[in-house]
Amino acid sequence: MKSVNKKRGSGGWLFLLLVVVAYGVVALFDVDTAGRAIGHFEKVTGQVLPVLAMVFILLLVIDLLLKPKWIKRQLGSEAGVKGWMIAAVSGVLAAGPIYPWYALLHELREKGMYAPLAAVFLYSRAIKLPLLPFMIHYFGLAYTITLCVYLLLFSFVSGLLMRQLERDNIKSEPG
Amino acid sequence: MQMLEYPFSHSLKKTIRTFINLLPIIIGMLLLTSLAVSLFPQQLAADLFGGHAMLDATVGASVGGIAAGHPIASYVLGGELRHAGVSLIAVTAFIVSWVTVGVVQLPAEALMLGTRFALYRNIVCFFSVIAIAFLCVYTLQLFNQAGW
Repeated sequence: MKSVNKKRGSGGWLFLLLVVVAYGVVALFDVDTAGRAIGHFEKVTGQVLPVLAMVFILLLVIDLLLKPKWIKRQLGSEAGVKGWMIAAVSGVLAAGPIYPWYALLHELREKGMYAPLAAVFLYSRAIKLPLLPFMIHYFGLAYTITLCVYLLLFSFVSGLLMRQLERDNIKSEPG
Repeated sequence: MQMLEYPFSHSLKKTIRTFINLLPIIIGMLLLTSLAVSLFPQQLAADLFGGHAMLDATVGASVGGIAAGHPIASYVLGGELRHAGVSLIAVTAFIVSWVTVGVVQLPAEALMLGTRFALYRNIVCFFSVIAIAFLCVYTLQLFNQAGW
């Protein structure tokens, strides 16, 4: 896992390097455009800096409060309404890249986790709690709240649809 | 809920590491969108999104579903698309699809959770993205009309 994280970290820096190279290439052909782009970047960065501080604080709070072991315990058991709620809330709070979460869900499924709950979990991950300040910055508070409410509602809808699709498949399977 | 399992210093170090990994992506995306805004005329985005709500939502959901990367990138790009005059329905479909539909992640999801599950889930997500885009924008319009 450590080497994967390291690779992810260096991937970001590589991406930044490629963007800087792209600036260099553009500057070779058109210095004015590159200058305009840097001017735009400075303006946007000035606006984004306070938001970054907020993102840092939220990342820290989530890391302090939520542990993968807790999610595993709650979703691994037979899920009722409480299980659906926990799946949605856990998805909202589950930070970081998706791949480790696939692994966790795979493990839970192996232990008998209800498949639609995995869909609820994955859908509600669309609400990126630490990044909400960014969304508010770009789209406004009313939009962010409205979208988050719909995302949460649709995480349950996707779970219900997945349940129905799974049932239809079981019925249509021969034997 | 099991809380504060690790000491604060452990979480702080982990968060700093996460944040440092996040920084080049944020800076890179801000630089890239600034370059794109300067290089390409706003007409380009307007051409891609023609103004027909359903078509724009479908294009937004398709592009967002294919795109891969940190969600911050979708917010930055979505914000720039809005500045370029692209409709909120299309931008909403784009940013929601970015984080719910995963064409790039599909093989990994299929391997881990089963092909049928992965395919069904992504199809359900794609259509729900379009529904959310319309519902979200219409709800906001209702709020505005009600003077909230």
